[in-house]
Amino acid sequence: MDESVFFSIRLSLQVAAVATALIVLTGLPVAYMLARKDFRGREVLDVICTIPLVLPPTVTGYYLIILFGRNGFIGKYLYALTGWSIMFTWYAAVLASYVVALPLLIKIARAAMESVDRSLVNASYTLGHSELSTALRVILPLAKRGIVAGTVLSFARAMGEFGATLMLAGNLPGKTDTMPLAIYSLAGSGEWSQAHGMVLLLTLLSGIFLYIANRYSRRII
Amino acid sequence: MVKRIFMASVLVLCMGSAIAQAESKELTVSAAISLKNAFEEIGRLYQAEQGVKVIFNVGASGDLLRQIAGGAPADVFASAAQKDMDEADRQGLIVSATRTDMAVNSVVLIVPAGAKTSVKSFGGLSAAAVKRIAIGNPKTVPAGRYAEEVFNYYRLLPAIRDKLVFAENVRQVLDYVSRGEVDAGVVYATDAAARPEEAKIAATAPEVSHKPVIYPIAVVKGTKNETPARAFIAFVMSPEGQKILHKYGFRTGK
Repeated sequence: MDESVFFSIRLSLQVAAVATALIVLTGLPVAYMLARKDFRGREVLDVICTIPLVLPPTVTGYYLIILFGRNGFIGKYLYALTGWSIMFTWYAAVLASYVVALPLLIKIARAAMESVDRSLVNASYTLGHSELSTALRVILPLAKRGIVAGTVLSFARAMGEFGATLMLAGNLPGKTDTMPLAIYSLAGSGEWSQAHGMVLLLTLLSGIFLYIANRYSRRII
Repeated sequence: MVKRIFMASVLVLCMGSAIAQAESKELTVSAAISLKNAFEEIGRLYQAEQGVKVIFNVGASGDLLRQIAGGAPADVFASAAQKDMDEADRQGLIVSATRTDMAVNSVVLIVPAGAKTSVKSFGGLSAAAVKRIAIGNPKTVPAGRYAEEVFNYYRLLPAIRDKLVFAENVRQVLDYVSRGEVDAGVVYATDAAARPEEAKIAATAPEVSHKPVIYPIAVVKGTKNETPARAFIAFVMSPEGQKILHKYGFRTGK
């Protein structure tokens, strides 16, 4: 395998790792709110956060360009202030993977948190624990399996992100060509033999992640 | 229930054969995306004259070649570069005798219409203010290969290599420039003419700086529609077809 293949593998893992970290940090509080709080617009929030799960990635990418492109609603101000744009950088690949993979964690973690026995939560409150303490010491540990399954699935999805990434990060050899993008380029230029290794690796890793996620999620139900 | 499934299957089969029927009166033309607008107009006239519906499959010439090599049901192949047609010929994918050169294009440097950084020449691309330059992916997009040739001619490549953004086809380059996502891009003169209000031509590459941009067209070997395919090429080469190509900015009649 040549250097560019190693670069793509490393970049894919890096993008997926950073995106998954952000997904866990932001997705868990959202999942907690959706599972345990009753507020107006709860289901609307759920739909907004999880719609990328069913939207074509090109549509997600389209929205992200409108928001974060150099002339986008947010990207415009960012560019005016800093002269920097997220487009065509590996951060764009992280952003695309984040948005596309976030719903998996939210869906699964919400379901896991909702299935935590109410009486245990109430007992914790009765014993004088604050909401934060209850969330961290009772709900999170009891919903652990679902959270782990959601995290693993998010990582796998982030690693395989293609459509939104292609639109947002471009396909820059040695800069933003994650494994899916590199495979697409190699197939487009007829260099199938170079792509074999990455195709097998992605299949293998995805299979392993799916297996782990299945093992964890089966035991919560 | 079984009866219902049976009825549904029959219905689907009927629809399928109806689609297959319609397909026999269609001609599929795989064309370089830079030919899109001109070919769509040519296709409409050809359809009116010959009664054969023309379906266009547009994309980067390299991608189209790969599709045809993979067995895509194309009847005519129109490429933006001799290289891809040579490759098709070498692999025995086209009827060599039908290969004809139909049009010539030129290579231009474009910038967003409202750009603050004013690039006025290819040499200006090495300026620090120019952060990103879009070209087609040289592996599959002929316009990208011509762009590289021009950069080499001006000995610019080492200075600007890190600024290059590769697009999947030449129209994506145009789109990146039009939306201001990049500071400059290299496309064909005909593409720049397609969106004049969003992208403007900063410079035209001199003919000595790149291989001539000659568009060849040929019938794909093994097509069931060889007669209408030959007729389509004849139509493109007719004064009427050449006039349309000329209208969209191609140079013709050599």
